[in-house]
Formats: sequence, structure tokens, C-alpha cells
Amino acid sequence: MALLRGAISKVRKGLARTREALTGGVGGLRNFLAGRSIDDDLLRELEARLIQADVGVKTASRLVTDLRGEWKAGRVDTGDQATDRLKSQLADLWPARDRSITFAQSGPTVILVAGVNGAGKTTSIAKLASLLTNQGKSVILAACDTYRAGAVRQLEIWSERIGVQIVKGAQGGDPAAVAFDACEAALARNADILIIDTAGRLHTQDPLMRQLTKIRDITTRKIDGAPHEVILVLDATTGQNAVNQALKFTEAIDVTGLFLTKLDGTSKGGVVVAVHDQTSIPVKFIGVGETPEDVEPFDPAVFVEALLGSEDDQPAA
Amino acid sequence: MFERLSDGFSSALKKLSGRGSISESNVREAMEDVRTALLEADVEYATVNEFCETIVERALGQDVTKSIKPGQEMIGIVHQALIDLMQQGAEDHPGVPKITPAPTIVMMCGLQGTGKTTTCGKLAAYLKKRGRSVMIVAADLQRPAAVDQLKTVAEQVNADMPGGSQVHFYGEPDKCAEYGKAVGIAVKVCQNALKAAREKGVDTLIIDTAGRLHINNELMKELSSIKKTIRPHQTLLVVDAMTGQDAVNSARTFHQQLAVDGVILSKFDSDTRGGAALTVKKVTGAPILFVGTGEKLDAMEEFHAERVAGRILGMGDVVSLVEKAQDEVSEEEAERMAEKMAKGELTLEDFLSQMKSLRRMGPMKQLMGMIPGVGSALKDVDIDDKQLDRIEGMVKSMTAEERKDVKVMNQSRRRRVARGAGVNVNEVSKLTKQFDMMSKMTRQMSGMGIKGKLGAMRDMQGAAGGGMGAMGGTQGMPGMATRRSTKTASPKRKFKKRK
Ligand SMILES: Nc1nc2c(ncn2[C@@H]2O[C@H](COP(=O)(O)OP(=O)(O)OP(=O)(O)O)[C@@H](O)[C@H]2O)c(=O)[nH]1
Ligand SMILES: Nc1nc2c(ncn2[C@@H]2O[C@H](COP(=O)(O)OP(=O)(O)OP(=O)(O)O)[C@@H](O)[C@H]2O)c(=O)[nH]1
Ligand SMILES: [Mg+2]
Ligand SMILES: [Mg+2]
Repeated sequence: MALLRGAISKVRKGLARTREALTGGVGGLRNFLAGRSIDDDLLRELEARLIQADVGVKTASRLVTDLRGEWKAGRVDTGDQATDRLKSQLADLWPARDRSITFAQSGPTVILVAGVNGAGKTTSIAKLASLLTNQGKSVILAACDTYRAGAVRQLEIWSERIGVQIVKGAQGGDPAAVAFDACEAALARNADILIIDTAGRLHTQDPLMRQLTKIRDITTRKIDGAPHEVILVLDATTGQNAVNQALKFTEAIDVTGLFLTKLDGTSKGGVVVAVHDQTSIPVKFIGVGETPEDVEPFDPAVFVEALLGSEDDQPAA
Repeated sequence: MFERLSDGFSSALKKLSGRGSISESNVREAMEDVRTALLEADVEYATVNEFCETIVERALGQDVTKSIKPGQEMIGIVHQALIDLMQQGAEDHPGVPKITPAPTIVMMCGLQGTGKTTTCGKLAAYLKKRGRSVMIVAADLQRPAAVDQLKTVAEQVNADMPGGSQVHFYGEPDKCAEYGKAVGIAVKVCQNALKAAREKGVDTLIIDTAGRLHINNELMKELSSIKKTIRPHQTLLVVDAMTGQDAVNSARTFHQQLAVDGVILSKFDSDTRGGAALTVKKVTGAPILFVGTGEKLDAMEEFHAERVAGRILGMGDVVSLVEKAQDEVSEEEAERMAEKMAKGELTLEDFLSQMKSLRRMGPMKQLMGMIPGVGSALKDVDIDDKQLDRIEGMVKSMTAEERKDVKVMNQSRRRRVARGAGVNVNEVSKLTKQFDMMSKMTRQMSGMGIKGKLGAMRDMQGAAGGGMGAMGGTQGMPGMATRRSTKTASPKRKFKKRK
């Protein structure tokens, strides 16, 4: 519960900053809706908000068409009712059971982390490591990004700061070999958790995607049931391309959950709605800053509030 | 998408035939599809609306309906309007100006993870190639290993990138520990770097800064104070080409606080439609100077509005494809190939050399995806880099005589080649049979345009019964490398011609 409250206040803090930053931006939704009954203008405004939050034209217009149907059928008639309905409809996309981490029955739990370049993988791994360490689990990190300049060192610095072990190979070496060694180390040292960092790669690069599959397969061969979680790290500032990312990464490594980063900015990350439409992949965590503490479990209700900007008129908690 | 747009326009405008001029409501109706296309391409909402208004005005002034293909004519207008908007200020832009007295100072800025550090390296490589000496300074004291990263990047440019001049690195890694405890440390590092740059007499100083959110006032102030103290000649905003609607907020704030002089779009090698380009251009007014097309330090190209416009409309990026091909294949070589193909004299040796140049151009699918209408067709065609490897292996295992004329390949030769390449003997038979067929096809195809070629290619794919996808993929290519097909392939030229 403490975590949840933390999440709400962080997202709110983000929103407060958004408000400061956006001079002359859209006014609060609540103001806009106050005492209004539904009309075409109002529906258009809702659709605009969804699109501006990166939900995507298709998804946004589907949602608003549904709403229009409800209105015509006489089931909703005020602006508040319409937004409440939209909110619950969206929040229901991510039921709680989909959002928890799957742990291994016995032996190390392997978490494979992947995503496009610069999405925030390495930082998010630091966050997960810190979260799990705080829960009393022993964590090992695998530095399988042997490609990008400074990548191994970056993860190593995080491992030192958080106080977890790291398995690394040579710069330019074979990432699959590092994954192999890391699995052995996790088994030998009886670690609870092994988190694998991988090099950023675009989903369009077939050879690199195959390399990712190979890394995954190695963990499967070495450790029972691994990988137990396959986390796709998604930058909340990303537009509709995120859908392709999710599809392609799922094709290569069967993604089990999203880590939505950079939600402390002004972007709303609404593309996860479109991603859900296409893949049903749940969001599991959100990133709200650059330090290991800046992570929260994904809370659909809070997220949807922020998405529609409906909190704008409330004092930050 | 391109076809859909064009069809959409055509049907909306068809209703007009007979009537002399186009009515506003007709254009508006036709514009709905454009609006959707732009939004799907991630152009920001308000920018889309404004853009569409401009188009409606332009279209009303023109008598589009009299044209035989009003749909295409309208797309021509939309395409051209996109180009005009994005081109502003980019023509004849010097890229990185050369200031006297040296050094020219360039400052990078942008959100986290957009590609600033990598782009510093790319810019350094770009300048090195042009004989300019560069110093890169690590003013990101915040992200773990950011200084290491930039240092490595500088070393890589020195070691691997063409050009005679030296790339220097300036960093004060020990300052990272103090960072965050006192203000102005990054500013101090930049001042020291500037001094070092002057002493060394380098001609350009590039400042890498930490990624930051536009709404983080403290960090934005840091950039302002670097700007005030160091007075960079160019402040470049690095924007991830995959950015969505929020590009409008971040770009606007960066521009308001730092007066951005130019934009670099990174990660354009993804399959993003890249609408952020339009958004950012609109809110900053600053020219888009370069696009990043990969992680490697030479993966940066000058910005070409017509390519990006095509991509935003879902038309593919033909110009890039042809240019890539031209980079790898000299004009004479291409002419020679085309001629040989026309005569059906292509040998396996030519084939191999073509394949090698194709290889250097990048993964096949990415290349083919740049051709309009092919993106979707590609779903049926399996172009596999692995397959190319196998073919290369087989060709390499052949004697010069065999490569010149595959007809000499008898069973024992096939067995030998199969052993040499580590493949099944059937595959060798398939290759020779395919090659034979290809020679025949290329003779027929050499007169066709790209569409015809692709059609033929797919037919052949079917005939080959799959598996040999690589052959189908490569054999349409040599002809595309010629200048002749360049001209017919450029959408821009097509539109111009029609007017
Ligand atoms: N504001 C903010 N910044 C973040 C967040 N997550 C990551 N970052 C920053 O984003 C940048 C890139 O993060 P990395 O963790 O290096 O990203 P990556 O995906 O590992 O990058 P590559 O390995 O190069 O592909 C860094 O500057 C991080 O500090 C977040 O939730 N909020
Ligand atoms: N595919 C591709 N990757 C790129 C491109 N430019 C940069 N990258 C990758 O994007 C990731 C982030 O790049 P960086 O240069 O570290 O980004 P940055 O803006 O310096 O990041 P921070 O300093 O953390 O804000 C790295 O994995 C780069 O290799 C590009 O044009 N194409
Ligand atoms: Mg990383
Ligand atoms: Mg950087």
C-alpha cells in the first residue's frame, strides 16, 4: 500500500510539473466537463485527449465510438459519467493478476530484459534489482550488452551502488556466452534472481533479434522454466512504433510484461493501450526517474487518470 | 498506406467529376484520410490540424478535379507541402559551420536516451572525414559511465573512421562524484575543455550533455548557463525519431530555453513513420540537419525532406535506397551490370560481387522495405540473410570456370561444391537452376520499372517453390542501382512531372 501511495504521489508530482511546463496547454478535464452533458464537442475533446496521449487514432476512435453508442442508447449522459466509463474501461485492460512478477518454484528466477536503443533497460534493471534486494532477495546481474560503449561499466556502477553481484564478459564478446556464465553463476551461488541486461536493438534488425532469441534459449536450457519473466522496456515518449516493437520482441522472445519508463516527463505513455489491443501484454512497472528508487508497480487507475489529464484540477497529494 | 491514401482521395474526389471546381467540403472529406495518416505517423495533434487546413487552402486554389488522377494529384500536393515545411532552413545549410577564430562550438541537448553521446561521435566522424580536427567534451557527469562511453566513442572514431585529423577527448571523470552536490560543475568542465581546445588548436569543440527532462528546471538551467558561459555557435537538439505526441512539449521547451539552431533525428533506421520530424520542425523552426541511421559511428546522413515526407505518408523511402545502392556500386559498374543483364550475360561471379555490395548496404528486408508498395508485398517474400550466406559459400567453393558458366556444373562438381560450402548437394543444384532461370528473367526484366521487376521477382519466387528466397531478392537489385531506374523511382520527380 505504501508503494501504491508512492506511485500516486509521484505521478501527481509529474502532472504538477506538466501543468507548470505547459503554458496555455489544455485546461483541466474536470473543468471542461463540469456540469456538461455529452455532445459531439465533448466526445471530440475526449478523442483528442486520447490521441494526444499516444493512444493512437484507431484505438481512440474505437473507444469514443463505443462511448457514443452508450450515449445514444441512453446509458450515459453527463460528461462525468462518460469519463468514468472510459476510465474504468481502460483500467480494466490490466487486471491485477497480470501485473505480478512470476517467480520460479525453486532455483533462480530469471528475468530477461530487452528493448530498443535508449529505452531505459539498464536503468530499469537497476530499479528492479534494488526493488528485489529490498524484498530480501539475492540478485545477480548479467551484463550481456557487450556492444555499446560503456554499457558494461554502466551496469557495473549500478551493481556497486545497489550492492548486488554482476557477471560480465569482454567488451565486444559474445553476449550469449555471458548469459551462459551468468546462469551458471546464479545456480552455483544459489541466487534468487538473475536479471539479464541486453544491448539495445531495433526490432527491425533480424540478426540482432535472433541473437536475443539465442540468449533466451540459453537461459531455458540452463535453468528450469527460465526465463520466468521477459520484460520489454518501453519509453513512454514513444509513439505508435511501440506497437511494432511489442509485436516483434514478442515474436522473438515471448514478452511477459512491459516496463514503461520516463513517465516522470510530460508524455502519457498511452501507446500501451494500443499495445494491449494488439498483444495483450500487461504493463508491470513504471519508471519515474533516473535513480534506482524511481520505480513503481503499474497502477492502471492512476495511469488512466494521468492519461486523460483528469487530475489537473486537483491539488497534488 | 500510400495506395490507401491515393484511393481514398480518388473516391472522395470522384464525386466531383463534371463540376468545375473543388468544393471545400469535398476536400475536407478527402483530407480525413490524410489526417489519419499523419496521426498514425505520430505527427502531433494540433500540428496535424493546422497542416490539413493549409492543404485545404492550397487544394482549393488548384483545379485538382480536371486531372486524370485527382487522388494522386492531391497526394502530390500533400507530399509537396510536407517537403516545403520540413525543408525550411535545411537547404544549403553548412551542417556544422566553420567559425574563425576557432574553435566552432557545438552543444548537444535532448531528453534521456535520444542518442546525444552517440551523435557526438557521429558528428566527430563526419567532421574528421572533412579534415576538421575535433574535441569532444563529456559534460554529462550524471549518468553512470557516461564519461567512459564518450571516451570510448572518441577512441572508436579515431581508430575506425576515415579521415586524417585527430579527435580529442576531454573529460574530468573525478568531477562525477561532486556532481549534484554543487552547482555549475558541468559548466566548469566545459570552460576547461574550451581552454584545452584552444591550446590544442582544434577546429571544433563538441559538448555532450546529460539527458534531461524539459520540465526539470534545475537541469535546464544548467544548460542555459553552459550556453551563457561557453556561447556555443550551434545548439543541436537530438530527437528520437520514434517519439510520439509529446515531441511537441519537449521540443518547444528546449527551444524556448536554449534557442535551438538545428535538429538531429536519431534512430531513423527503425520502421517508425517519423511524424515527430514535422512536429519538431514546426515548433522549433530550426532546420533538421542530420538523421541517425544506426548505432555505428558512420550511420548519420544529411536530412532530405522528401524522404521523410514519403515515409510519413507511408510511401517508403526510395531515394535512400537508391542512394545506398549508389554508395556501394559505382555508376560505371551499375551500367556494366545493367548491360550484362540485358544481354543475359550475367555470371555467378557478377552475382557474387553484387551480393557482396548488397550485403554492405544492410539487411535485405530493410532495403526492400524502402520501396513503395513493397513493404507489404515483402510479407510473402522470404529474404533471408542466412540464405545469402549459404549462396556465398557455394559460389566461393566454385572454380573460376564454374562461376563464369554454371552450365558446366555436373553431378561430381556439384558434390564437390556442396562439400566445400557445407550444404546439401540439392541446394547446389537449386542454385544453378535458379541462376539459369534468373539470367533468363533478367533479360526480360531489364526493360521494366521497379513495380514490374518486383512482380516478376515474386513470380519467380513462386516458381522456385520458396527456400531460395535470397535469389529472388537479389536479382531484382542490380538493375535498381542504375541511374536510370533512380529517376523513375523518385516519387518527388513523379509528382513534378505530372504538374
Ligand atoms: N527521466 C527518466 N529517465 C530515465 C528513466 N529510465 C531511464 N532513464 C534515462 O534514460 C537514459 C537511457 O537509459 P539506459 O538505462 O541507459 O537505457 P538502455 O535502454 O539501457 O540504453 P541502451 O543500452 O543504450 O540501449 C539514461 O539517461 C537514463 O538515466 C525514467 O524512468 N525516467
Ligand atoms: N539504431 C540506432 N541506435 C542509435 C542511434 N543513435 C543512437 N543510438 C543508440 O541509442 C542508445 C542511446 O544512445 P546514447 O548516445 O547513449 O543516448 P544519449 O542521448 O547520450 O543518452 P543519455 O546520455 O542517457 O541521455 C544507444 O544504444 C545508441 O547506440 C541511431 O541513429 N540508430
Ligand atoms: Mg543499456
Ligand atoms: Mg549520453
